[in-house]
Amino acid sequence: MRVITDQDRCVAAGQCVLSAPDVFDQREQDGVVMLRDPTPHPDLHDAVRDAVALCPAAAIRAQEGR
Amino acid sequence: MTDQNLGTPVTLPTRRDPACPFDPPEELTRLRDSQPLTRLAFPDGHVGWLVTGYDAARRVLADPRFSVRMDLKHSPLPRRNVLAGSGDKPAPGMFVVMDDPDHRRFRRLLTGQFTVQRMRRLEPRIVQITADHLDAMAKAGPPVDLVQAFALPIPSLVICELLGVPYEDHAFFQEQTAVAVDLEASVEQATVAAGRLTDYFADLVRHKRSSPTDDLLGGLITDSDLTDEELTTIGLALLIAGHETTANMLALGVFALLRHPGQLDAYRADTSLTDSAVEELLRYLTIIHRGSPSRAALADVELDGQLIRAGETVIIGLPAVNRDPARFADPDVLRLGREGARHHLAFGHGVHQCLGQQLARIEMRIGYRMLFERFPALRLAVPAAEISMREASLAYGVRRLPVTWEQA
Ligand code: HEM
Ligand code: SF4
Repeated sequence: MRVITDQDRCVAAGQCVLSAPDVFDQREQDGVVMLRDPTPHPDLHDAVRDAVALCPAAAIRAQEGR
Repeated sequence: MTDQNLGTPVTLPTRRDPACPFDPPEELTRLRDSQPLTRLAFPDGHVGWLVTGYDAARRVLADPRFSVRMDLKHSPLPRRNVLAGSGDKPAPGMFVVMDDPDHRRFRRLLTGQFTVQRMRRLEPRIVQITADHLDAMAKAGPPVDLVQAFALPIPSLVICELLGVPYEDHAFFQEQTAVAVDLEASVEQATVAAGRLTDYFADLVRHKRSSPTDDLLGGLITDSDLTDEELTTIGLALLIAGHETTANMLALGVFALLRHPGQLDAYRADTSLTDSAVEELLRYLTIIHRGSPSRAALADVELDGQLIRAGETVIIGLPAVNRDPARFADPDVLRLGREGARHHLAFGHGVHQCLGQQLARIEMRIGYRMLFERFPALRLAVPAAEISMREASLAYGVRRLPVTWEQA
C-alpha cells in the first residue's frame, strides 16, 4: 500500500492521527497532515483505510497492492 | 425524481418522546427510514431539503457546491442564530459561516492550536481541573447538580485558560451565552446577550493588544495580522463553542450511562473502553440536533436521484444520520465497545468539521473516567422522568442533573 496526502486540502482535523499515529502526524505550526510512513506495514493497512474514510477533507488516498 | 417527494413538504421534526430522551424525534427517524432526502418547509416560506441518511449527509457536507453562507441559507429555526452575525452579514472573522478560500485562511491560523499532540499536552491540566471539581463535589456532599458542579465549569475553565479569558467572569459569559443560544429567547433578548458578549471580548482584545499574554488570543495578536474586530469574533466563537457543547455532552453522557447500568458496569470494569465510550456516546447522543449543520446549494446538484436546485437550503438531521441502520448495526442500542463508532458525524464532516474535536474528546475521556472512579455508586437523585431536557437549544442536553451517592 502506498499512502498519499494532500496538504492543500487538509483541514487539520486530526482524524488520521487518531486512526494511525504511526503513519500520520500533524505539523506543529498549523496542524496540517505530515506522512511519517508512506508505505506502512500491512498490519497498519486497516487503520489507514479508516483514516481515508474518516478524513473530512478527502485529503488522504491509499493505493492498494503496492 | 421519485413521486413521494412531490407531496407536501414536511416541517423540521423536533418533538422527542419524553419516555426516551436519548432518541431522535420519532418523526425524524421515520423520515430517514422512508425518505432520507425529503422536501422541507421553512418558517419563511422557503422549500428546501432535509437529509437524514448517512451517505447523503456525508456527500452534502463534503461537497464545495454547498455553501455555509448565512446570506444564502434559510433558517429552519424559529429565529436565526444571532451569534453568527447581524442580519445577513457574517461578523468579521466569523469563518464558521464563510466558504473557502476565506474560511480556510482563518481556520489555518487556529488549527495548530488544536492538534492531537497539542491537546494531549493539556491533559495533565485537565486532569487537575477535573480532580479539583470532584473534590469540591465530595466536600459539598450529596445531592449535587452535576451540570453546575462538574459538566459546565470544567470545559469553561479549560477553554478560558486556553484562550486567555479570565475565569472570574464565567458567571457573566455563561449566563449571556445561555440566553444567546436559547431558541425560546426572543431575537431581541438574544441580540442583547450577543452584544454584551461582543463588548466584553472587544475589551479583552484591546487589553491584550496593549499587554500581550501567553495564550491563544495573545499568540494570535502577536503572530497574525487579524484585526481587533476579527479577534473579537473568533475569540467569542471559540469560547462559546468550547464550553456549551462539551458541557452538554458531559452531563447528557452521564445521564445516558446512569440509564444504561449494564453498559456502565462494563465501562467501570474495563479501561480499554475509555476511548470507544466517548465515540459511542457522541454517536448515540448527537447533541448538535436542531437545524444544524445546514448548507445552501450554489449550483444544481443531483443527489440520490433528486435534483437540489441552486439556492435551496439543505438541513442535515444529524441525530437520525448517526442512527442510520445502513451504517451502524442496531443503531438505537448504546454499545460502548462498538466497532466503527468513530464514523459518526457528531462533529460534522467536510472542511468545517469541528475544530475543537480533539479537545472535546480529551475532556470527555477524562471527565467520565474520573467521575465514575471517584463516585462509583453515583445515581440520579430524582426519578429520570423529572430530568428536564434542553429541547429548544442549539446543543441538546439536560438543564440540571441532580445526582447522589453513598458517603463513605
Ligand atoms: C462534544 C463537543 C462538540 C460537538 C458535538 C461539536 C460539534 C460541531 C459540529 C457538528 C460542527 C460542524 C458545523 C457545520 O458543519 O456547520 C462543529 C464546528 C466547530 N466547532 Fe465544534 N463541537 C464540539 C466541541 C467544540 C469545542 C470544544 C470547540 C472549541 C474549542 C469547538 C469549536 C468549533 C468550531 C470553531 C467549529 C467551526 C469550524 C469551521 O467552520 O471550520 N467545538 N462543531
Ligand atoms: S484527517 Fe484529513 S483533514 Fe484531518 S489532519 Fe488528517 S489529512 Fe488533514
